[in-house]
Amino acid sequence: MAAMSIPLIRTSDELTLEDLTAKRTRRSLVSSLMTVLMGLSVVAVTIPLGAVLYTVVSKGASVLSADFVTKDIPIVTRQVGPGMGPAIVGTLLITLVAAFMAVPVGILGAVYLNEYSAGGRFGKLVRFMATVMTGVPSVVMGLFVYITYTLRYKQNAFGGSLALSFLMLPIIIRSTEEMLKLVPSNLREASAAMGSRKSRTILTVVLPAALPGVVSGCLLAVARAAGETAPILFVVGATNTVNANMFNGVNTALSAQIFTNAQQPFVGAQQRAWGAALTLLTLAFAITLVARLITARFALKR
Amino acid sequence: MNTNPDFRTPEFSARGRRADSLFRYATIAAGAIVLLVLGAVAFTTTKRAWPALDSMGLDFFTSDRWAPNEKFFGARSFIYGSLVASTIAVVLAIPVSIGIALFTTQVVPARWRRPIVYLVDLLAVVPSVVFGLWGILVFAKHVDGFYGFLHDVLGPIPVVGDLFGEGSGRGYMTAGIILAIMITPIITSLAREVIDTCPPADREGAYALGATRWEMIRGTVLPYSKGGLVGAVMLGLGRAMGETIAVALVIGSTANISANLFASGDALPARIANEWGEAEGTWRAALIGLAVTLFAVTILVNLAATAVVNRSLAKSQGTR
Repeated sequence: MAAMSIPLIRTSDELTLEDLTAKRTRRSLVSSLMTVLMGLSVVAVTIPLGAVLYTVVSKGASVLSADFVTKDIPIVTRQVGPGMGPAIVGTLLITLVAAFMAVPVGILGAVYLNEYSAGGRFGKLVRFMATVMTGVPSVVMGLFVYITYTLRYKQNAFGGSLALSFLMLPIIIRSTEEMLKLVPSNLREASAAMGSRKSRTILTVVLPAALPGVVSGCLLAVARAAGETAPILFVVGATNTVNANMFNGVNTALSAQIFTNAQQPFVGAQQRAWGAALTLLTLAFAITLVARLITARFALKR
Repeated sequence: MNTNPDFRTPEFSARGRRADSLFRYATIAAGAIVLLVLGAVAFTTTKRAWPALDSMGLDFFTSDRWAPNEKFFGARSFIYGSLVASTIAVVLAIPVSIGIALFTTQVVPARWRRPIVYLVDLLAVVPSVVFGLWGILVFAKHVDGFYGFLHDVLGPIPVVGDLFGEGSGRGYMTAGIILAIMITPIITSLAREVIDTCPPADREGAYALGATRWEMIRGTVLPYSKGGLVGAVMLGLGRAMGETIAVALVIGSTANISANLFASGDALPARIANEWGEAEGTWRAALIGLAVTLFAVTILVNLAATAVVNRSLAKSQGTR
């Protein structure tokens, strides 16, 4: 009986059950380790975010006051004390006017891409170039506006609005197009079946359906643009007093004030930089929060 | 009962037809503005920079001597600084961004996804000048000691040690770290989008064969989204190179070419921002020349990146 040899398939190094479990344990250990590393990468971005927010809030809060928001910027940089009013006015003015220029054009451009171009070559080119344009450095856009506008019309707030609107435009086009894509096509067909012309369908059916998402995308573009600095330095100039005139005389903005005051060795200037940073950050976060709420509450979902 | 349509409505009038085609042309014009602006940027900046580019010739790119007083403008040290700082940024941002993208798509339950995405996107909301302010007044001052420690430990190693010389808080490394923080949300969101296109059947197949989570990611998710991830990283690189203000504050603003990552240097956009106020004449033309160089490089990087990402996303639409 023992003489019967049963041919068994055997691997050269005999694998036992213990080996297999050992290998399995090592493999799942590696997997767990990698999972932990992925989790740690989330922690890794939270640290700088937390550090920046903490410093800006703690250093800025002690500076913020009613005077800080309303008073002029001290002419003597070493002077300690409030005043960022002109920069707040400038930031709001420049960004709002930029948004009024970029939003309609951006939405129209997106309407072309999604409703009219129908996979055509020109549409593809525009879409591709809009994506490329989102990567054009703001410093280049600033110099472009300096050359084409400021050389002729001098430094003023409107030049800053132009530069910011060029920076916003591709972001608005891309985000609006994404939203238009989500509008179900049977809405368009229903409208067409009722006899509406295409423009009417777009204006009364497609855009209203996509509106919350479009608004939210535009707000995010505005929040981004409000913090742009380089174009302001070149085409808006700097001032210490409020200038409500868009087209006449230099102006200033929070971002530019942070940049110049950050390079000063004086405590007063640095304090004003922190205060301006907190103001700008609050503004950007508030706009983003509104955009997020609109998206969460009203926007079409994928 | 009158069942005839009302022919006075815009749907039937000649005015309505005209308005309809007018609207169409308006949308085409809006799309064309993108091309117009991009073309105008390229043309006008090159034209304005020409006096400097013409008088310097190839020296503009190959010389590292930047002497506005003698009307001599060599941009090499700025090109070098831009490359070094953005390379540091990308090297630091790649593992973190892809780690977060994998964590949100492959590890955590769906309801945890949105909070993490919002958290990372918060980084993108912080204006770059605020990062710069934090970088120059807080980070640069505290990181000094850590750089010194790295220099003491790694400095004596031959060849590699050259990278870790002595330095201060303001230099390539600080600029690179700040840039890494700034481009992480961009790379992460694109990486997430690309990774999301990996077909669930592939992943489930890997699990069915007994793969652990990491083996599944390495075997299916990463190979599948490789192209798109490369594109995402390139877009991040383009952003890092174009980022101006934060770098201008922390890179140290010295024309310098050094292997030492802790040394201070300067980058193309930072030099423009810092010198524009005092520059005039050929000096200005030379600064615009730096902008033209930057524009060309970022456009090329973005073109390539967009093409790569689009191809990868289109491929996945075909298979699903």
